[in-house]
Amino acid sequence: MSLPDPQFNQFGKLQHFIDINGLDAAQLTHILDTAEGFAGVNERTIKSVPLLRGKTVANIFFENSTRTRTAFELAAKRLSADVLNVDLVTSSTTKGESLLDTLRVLEALQCDMFIVRHGESGAAHFIARHVAPGINVVNGGDGQHSHPTQGMLDMFTIRRHKGDFAQLCIVIIGDIRHSRVARSDIAALVALGAGEVRVVGPHTLMPADVESLGVEIFPDIDKALVGADVIMGLRLQKERMRSATIPSPGEFYRFYGLSPERLAMAKPDALVMHPGPTNRGVEIAANVADGPQSVILEQITWGIAVRMAVMSIIMGNSEAARATLASNDAAARSTSA
Amino acid sequence: MTPLTKYGSETVSTWLDAMQKPLAAVLRKEPDAALIGIRRGGVEVGRYLHQRLTPTEPLGELNIAFYRDDFSSIGLHPVVGPSQVPFTVDDRHIILIDDVLGTGRTVRAAMNEIFDYGRPAKITLAVLVQRSGHELPIRADVIGHTVELSSEQYIELNASDMSVSINERRA
Repeated sequence: MSLPDPQFNQFGKLQHFIDINGLDAAQLTHILDTAEGFAGVNERTIKSVPLLRGKTVANIFFENSTRTRTAFELAAKRLSADVLNVDLVTSSTTKGESLLDTLRVLEALQCDMFIVRHGESGAAHFIARHVAPGINVVNGGDGQHSHPTQGMLDMFTIRRHKGDFAQLCIVIIGDIRHSRVARSDIAALVALGAGEVRVVGPHTLMPADVESLGVEIFPDIDKALVGADVIMGLRLQKERMRSATIPSPGEFYRFYGLSPERLAMAKPDALVMHPGPTNRGVEIAANVADGPQSVILEQITWGIAVRMAVMSIIMGNSEAARATLASNDAAARSTSA
Repeated sequence: MTPLTKYGSETVSTWLDAMQKPLAAVLRKEPDAALIGIRRGGVEVGRYLHQRLTPTEPLGELNIAFYRDDFSSIGLHPVVGPSQVPFTVDDRHIILIDDVLGTGRTVRAAMNEIFDYGRPAKITLAVLVQRSGHELPIRADVIGHTVELSSEQYIELNASDMSVSINERRA
């Protein structure tokens, strides 16, 4: 028997955001619609709203990531929450403290939400299962498994430019196997009913089961790009080059790099996306990354609104659940009295 | 469910006329005053008045979901379209419009949001219906219709035909 999805509380509402898998189109669309409201807030002179006033959000990073941490920090601050940045890359965990010990310490600090970044796949899921009731967990990226807020900000960026997912052909290029971003993007695109999702990359960087995710493998990038509405690049990690899963950066660019010539094969208004940081001249040409079709910097901007939406939805659901349980308790006491 | 009382669009349009007159006087004196409706009912009323008053600025729309005071008991309310204030609020006379003024909590939230856009010179509150049940020291300046209701009763605008109905909550 499989355990219930810890992302949902006893009322079936989202309480943790660990993985896009498990959420349906309506739930994902609700996040995108809410983010639309926050996008407006981020364009005002005063860029904050009082929703999470008095709450404390802890950014718990077991793995370095300046961009993701900064985006979560800004999102929490714009919701008026207090933010605690806990850098565990060089902390007690290396001194032998277990993950659960660390968790108990952070709970004792009375935080309301944990944003977790971890190098091990499944870490955020583990924390969500073991965290004290009432604390919300958001996955800020775990191993090669999932990076759901990146997936959602990519969906938000695509929807802003292209509208209906059903009409779109999306091409994802590069190291699909090791990419949590690719996994989250694919899960979200499939759930949202994207017309066609193509994946391209060397077979050494392609997961064995990729077609079961609902995508089509294209060995040849030039064929894959024909008719593309959206092209998503992925960061090629240097350690993959060292481990010789791919021949060399130069060769990777020759076979799979997004050059201006290749971009011209896609639809003329195709979007160029990348989760960053980009390796220019490896996955993508500098003048494509900086070109007029690139929305790479926009992705970063929308990441704030999307994270504000996720945080306020899950914390709101927990507040509502707490209030319902308290009023049920009060009702039970008054009938038994 | 049949409403306890229903006011047809003809009756409601007399209430809207009652609002239009004093607001037209405001705009004659201060032509750069601007209208902001609170989603959703207030935007409907705002659209109607905006068409008739033809102020220089477009109609602003507020979605107060991020400013409500019941986050800790209800959670985040659905975001029915983002707020849009397509003019500067600083030093401007804002005419804030809603369909029903009841507890005053919605208006409190809306005023907080307006101040995050800037510091208005003045806010005038205009409502189609002011009902009983105030919980905050907030009263409308311009009122289409006033009604006494019990705490079980609620009044709502049906935007499709601009009629208003009074219903009762069942326990």
